[in-house]
Amino acid sequence: MDLYDKTLTELAAGLRDGDFTSVELTSALLERIKARDAQLNAFITVTDELALAAAERADAAREAGEGGPLNGLPIIHKDIFCTRDVKTSCGSKMLDNFISPYDATVVARLSDAGAVVLGKTNMDEFAMGSSNETSFYGPVKNPWNLDCTPGGSSGGSAAAVAARFGPAATGTDTGGSIRQPAALTGTVGIKPTYGRVSRYGMIAFASSLDQAGVITRTAEDAALLLGVMSGFDARDSTSIEEPVPDYVAELGDSIKGLRVGIVRQHFDAGLDAECGSKVKAAIAVLESLGATTVEVDLPNIDLSVPTYYVVAPAECSSNLSRFDGVRFGYRAEDAVDLLDHYCRSRGEGFGDEVKRRIMTGTYVLSAGYYDAYYLKAQQVRQLIADDFKKAFADVDVIAGPTTPTPAFRLGDKVDDPITMYLNDIYTIGANLAGLPGISVPCGFVDDLPIGLHLVGSHFAESTLLRCAHQYQQHTDWHTRCPEEFR
Amino acid sequence: MSLDKDQVQHIATLARLELSEKEYAESVDKLSRIVDFVDQLSQADTSGVVPMAHPLDAAQRLRPDTVTETDERDRFQQNAAAVSHGLYLVPKVIE
Repeated sequence: MDLYDKTLTELAAGLRDGDFTSVELTSALLERIKARDAQLNAFITVTDELALAAAERADAAREAGEGGPLNGLPIIHKDIFCTRDVKTSCGSKMLDNFISPYDATVVARLSDAGAVVLGKTNMDEFAMGSSNETSFYGPVKNPWNLDCTPGGSSGGSAAAVAARFGPAATGTDTGGSIRQPAALTGTVGIKPTYGRVSRYGMIAFASSLDQAGVITRTAEDAALLLGVMSGFDARDSTSIEEPVPDYVAELGDSIKGLRVGIVRQHFDAGLDAECGSKVKAAIAVLESLGATTVEVDLPNIDLSVPTYYVVAPAECSSNLSRFDGVRFGYRAEDAVDLLDHYCRSRGEGFGDEVKRRIMTGTYVLSAGYYDAYYLKAQQVRQLIADDFKKAFADVDVIAGPTTPTPAFRLGDKVDDPITMYLNDIYTIGANLAGLPGISVPCGFVDDLPIGLHLVGSHFAESTLLRCAHQYQQHTDWHTRCPEEFR
Repeated sequence: MSLDKDQVQHIATLARLELSEKEYAESVDKLSRIVDFVDQLSQADTSGVVPMAHPLDAAQRLRPDTVTETDERDRFQQNAAAVSHGLYLVPKVIE
């Protein structure tokens, strides 16, 4: 088996047993990225020098009998995570010239554990998009079909893992931005509970919804990384002080007796029929492993997308007000006064979708509209969260499709914001309620991968990972590699 | 159209965004569609519902008011387009 085809867990064993060194592994992956990424556009920056230096340090640490739990293992970061002395663009012209002076907590924790950063991945601009087409650096292509989107906003991370450019990548998820691209590329993507992973140094989109997670090929690898990334951070005011369990240790436990909830609305007319039957087959696998299914009702779930498109733009309009062309970021030339400087720096520095969301947010927060939109949305959000709470009194996880269809063609939905927004119809609820969710590859429709979506109650990452791992022990969808990248 | 050009112009000014004529035309259309879409929230019965403040009902933490960060102004200012003597430069504000 080639090095690039191995999972993080397999690579850890190989490094430990001396089958190869971290420098050998890092060089092999960097060569693969350089030779093949022109086809995908998954990377914005490849950090080859930093990676090789980190790999050398990791090899030296191993020789000395030292090194953290991820010593010498490769990781790829979404370009939303500030990475010290490395360009951190967030997919935007606004930050095309930004060299981060510090590390995000996620980056620091993984590096402290010995991980080797291969580079930074392409993404929808400021994580606003579901197809990677809003990136200043051009769209990412889906390794399963180069005419299709890999999803978004963590599309570069998902495409890179699917194409075996690396075993794992970080991502962020505000409405589905980890789980949706994971589903569309045949990878595993987990969004933890809100507050589980620090948001410090993760460029903010919608602060009450944003959460960092990982994209891998197996739930086992996701468990390994999440254990390192998670935990309290005083630098994030919404970080939760809750002990981090040993996610890997609990993977092997049986799911016998696990109560799986099925939401009727998740299988209605909006779902592609073939996707629906594959997802039902995946749920049948869980039943064959001893899980029981129960129908659950989320009466307000149909309002999750409109709720999100009030709350998220409102927070985005506030968060993105920091981009003023003064302290960092794009600055328009020859402004005549300060107002002109602000308006032109922002007008020229932001792309269409980002401007659209800033304006939507500005509108719903503006005088006379605040109560009708923003306050109303936060009330409906509470209703949706209450529905989930009631459901989790009777079930351990809620299972359904991650997306309504497999990957769509690049260009197909760019002209209609609403059609694009409805891609996240099954994933947004978890963000609104702060719940953890995972997407696991569960089959193919028209030769394109699709995902099984599992949502758990707050801090139930262990249950999700165990359920996903047990499913992967009995299926082989995650071992398929796109033809083009074998 | 639920929004007209004047409204979009007002929003763009509040948001400090300069838009081209083409962008204005497109924004009127697309923002109207978004506003129409989120208008379905008005159907929901939310009487007596307290708006969500935090998905986990957590409160903001307080910390002692002590100095924890060191001065790294020069490093941070490397990302600025125009600085002088440790100050950020902007177009003239007062004549």
